[in-house]
Amino acid sequence: MYHNVYGNKVSRARYKEMLNAAKNRRELIAAGLTSRRDLWKMGLLTTAGTLLFKRGLSAQAPNPAGGSFNVCLVGNQAASPPTRAFIEPLPIMPQMTPVPALNPAHTLAPNTAAGEVRAADDQAFTLFPPKLLYNVTQHALNVSMSPDLPIQTVWGFDDSNGHATSPGPTYVAHYGVPQLTRNWNGLPPASQNGGFGMPSVSTHLHNSHNPSESDGNPCDFYDQGHFCDQHYPNVLAGFSSTNPPFGDINESLSTLWYHDHRVDFTSQNTYKGLVGFYLLFNQFDTGNEFTGFHLPSYPQFDIPLVFADRVFDPSSGLLAFDLFNLDGILGDKFLVNGKIQPFFNVQPRRYRFRLLDTGPSRFYEYFLTDPNNLSAVNPFWVIANDGNLLPNPVQVQSVRIGPAERVDIIIDFSKFAGKTIYLENRLLQINGMGPVPPQGFLPGQVECSDPNGNVLSDILPAGAGNLLLQFRVSDDAVRDNSVDPATNPTFYQLPSTHATPRVTRTFKFDRLNGQWSINGQFMDCNNFRFTVQQNSVENWILVNATGDWTHPVHIHLEEHQILSRNRVPPSLPIEHSRKDVTRLQQNERVLLFFRFRDWLGKYPIHCHNVVHEDHAMMALWHVQPTGDTVENP
Amino acid sequence: MEPSRRDLMRLAAIGSAAGALLSGRASAATTGHDTGVAARERIRERYFPDVILTNQDGKKFRFYEDIVKDRIVTINFFFSKCQDICPLVTHNLTRVHQLLGDKVGREIFMNSFSLKPEEDTPKQLRAFVKEHGVKGKPGWNFFTGKPEDLELLRRKLGFTNPDPKLDQDINQHIGNVRYGNERLMLWGACPGEARPEFIAESINWMIRND
Repeated sequence: MYHNVYGNKVSRARYKEMLNAAKNRRELIAAGLTSRRDLWKMGLLTTAGTLLFKRGLSAQAPNPAGGSFNVCLVGNQAASPPTRAFIEPLPIMPQMTPVPALNPAHTLAPNTAAGEVRAADDQAFTLFPPKLLYNVTQHALNVSMSPDLPIQTVWGFDDSNGHATSPGPTYVAHYGVPQLTRNWNGLPPASQNGGFGMPSVSTHLHNSHNPSESDGNPCDFYDQGHFCDQHYPNVLAGFSSTNPPFGDINESLSTLWYHDHRVDFTSQNTYKGLVGFYLLFNQFDTGNEFTGFHLPSYPQFDIPLVFADRVFDPSSGLLAFDLFNLDGILGDKFLVNGKIQPFFNVQPRRYRFRLLDTGPSRFYEYFLTDPNNLSAVNPFWVIANDGNLLPNPVQVQSVRIGPAERVDIIIDFSKFAGKTIYLENRLLQINGMGPVPPQGFLPGQVECSDPNGNVLSDILPAGAGNLLLQFRVSDDAVRDNSVDPATNPTFYQLPSTHATPRVTRTFKFDRLNGQWSINGQFMDCNNFRFTVQQNSVENWILVNATGDWTHPVHIHLEEHQILSRNRVPPSLPIEHSRKDVTRLQQNERVLLFFRFRDWLGKYPIHCHNVVHEDHAMMALWHVQPTGDTVENP
Repeated sequence: MEPSRRDLMRLAAIGSAAGALLSGRASAATTGHDTGVAARERIRERYFPDVILTNQDGKKFRFYEDIVKDRIVTINFFFSKCQDICPLVTHNLTRVHQLLGDKVGREIFMNSFSLKPEEDTPKQLRAFVKEHGVKGKPGWNFFTGKPEDLELLRRKLGFTNPDPKLDQDINQHIGNVRYGNERLMLWGACPGEARPEFIAESINWMIRND
């Protein structure tokens, strides 16, 4: 029995046709550099690397019947309407603007009388009194993602002064400047959600070293008309433990992001737009290329990029979410900062880009592609992994991230002066399982393999992937005072991982009859699985019991370092870093080092493929003055 | 999409009670946001085929019109002779039914669909219901029907495995429980093997005034 992407039965002939369509596309692309370039020039090859407007080449022809699109076939994503690429500029999110005061004023205990929903009293409000106050409201708002699609109603955050955007405004924060956000739920009633989205929220500040009551725990959600005061001390880990009183400079964070984390509905709410950046500067990472580490100046040359893949309903052109999907959701349209395939005018100099994969389930491997020289290798520099500056820049040809991961990269456009180049995702992913295995699928191994004997590698040829962002490089002579990564500047040292762990815990990520689990148990807001002892060292072992699936595992509160993947130290130089999301790849066992410091309370560990997360691949745990030694919690 | 005459009448009916809500909807319709009605219709078209099913008492139900529409529901798949996961999930749901109390059958409707409709005749379902102590519980139906209809439903509702080999192995069948509020377009799911207290809590999130 054969099924199309909508779950409807199709004939064997139609099924073959669908597979052939996908194959045709790959063959045309693989037919040779010349013809690919020609196709491009002729405009047949769209900027997304797919062939446009040629009937019969798409296995994704709109089907009026509609339906679920999680069946595993080549090109199993639903087909969005066609959109032109690179005709609109890259939007830059505005900055959050502080307010002089909050009314009513913040209270140490949750101000339930005024409508506050907070899990606990402040742990450190008096120790780190906020110098900046924000009064943020989450709203529905109308946006254009492409001139070829109707206006979309999405959800976003306002800038603390009533101007809402999606992605939300960027916080520009500094160590030593504590802040507080009053976070209001001003979303419309569920009956106006346009088909998906739960107007009940909890905003997590991802990668923050924050007290648990301000962390944005998935279970601390609240409805419209309510708010939560979230205190962000902006203090280095170790301030009250290993490195008093200011914390360990080598634990500096720089690229954080905030997003809704409402238990069971995070995928819908983040897909709807509830995400934004939080940039954290200090005396070295100053945001000014004339000082400190001399990294490109924010905001002119330091550009946050929110990546998201989405599907639009083929008939209405409106944002669609696959409500009945357990595995992971892929889109066929790629947005950067809220626009489908925008362009960005750059000067021939160095830029810092902060790449964030907001999912829901897509993994990216970013390359720089010059369409007139597809065989060229165009290296760039990775300076930060998950927003944490590496000891030194690492030169790469490509960099891979999964949902919730970030990399900060430096691209030097001086060698592309006057040219147009692309940021391209060349990673092959056909369903929610994650990237295809490195060796590719063997013929017949799974239904989604190429049935004609072609083994599909995980990395597509240059120009055959998803062109995400177009860089139009001017040929002006410009000033660049930023550090040249080739001079091998030193940023921070990696904190030592030699301390003996108090306990080594094992977490088996598994799938039991389609039910996502950790150690055979499921997310439960009322069940704390183990207790970490405050200011102690632990090792955690993440085990992938799901074979070919990849799980981007995120742990709140403290960063970790990867000690080993399948018992050997990570081979990628950029993985010698501090992380808050580690990709648990196919058939892997990953050993992590943690030092839990300073804060008390409840935090989760979870898969950040938000569809897995929403279907219970999460566990809650505590930090308390006295911990337990449960090894398989 | 333009709201139909019936939709406008429905809006007018609530408009007097909630003028602000009405204007919100109207502006949404003009800006390309699906109105509540259009969005519901789209979900219905995409996921809810109106196949005819038979419950344990031999009574006929249309999937959308009689089972899902306007309701808070739970949906899971099982088969009566399943020895592996089904007894545990059914046991959990029995406890969930108890925890939800008299809301079941009034506000919340529980629905279990057979993966082996050929052998799960209404009589067989009645025996299963009795065996699991579900007999006499209001608001919980066990459905059989044409195999192709149940297979369509299974696929539409995403109770599938992306590996087609595993998908054909009935012992690996999906053990999740969908919960949703059709009117509010809220749909979630949790593992059927989760703690019944948390399953019940999740279902209760669907009871909303908006």
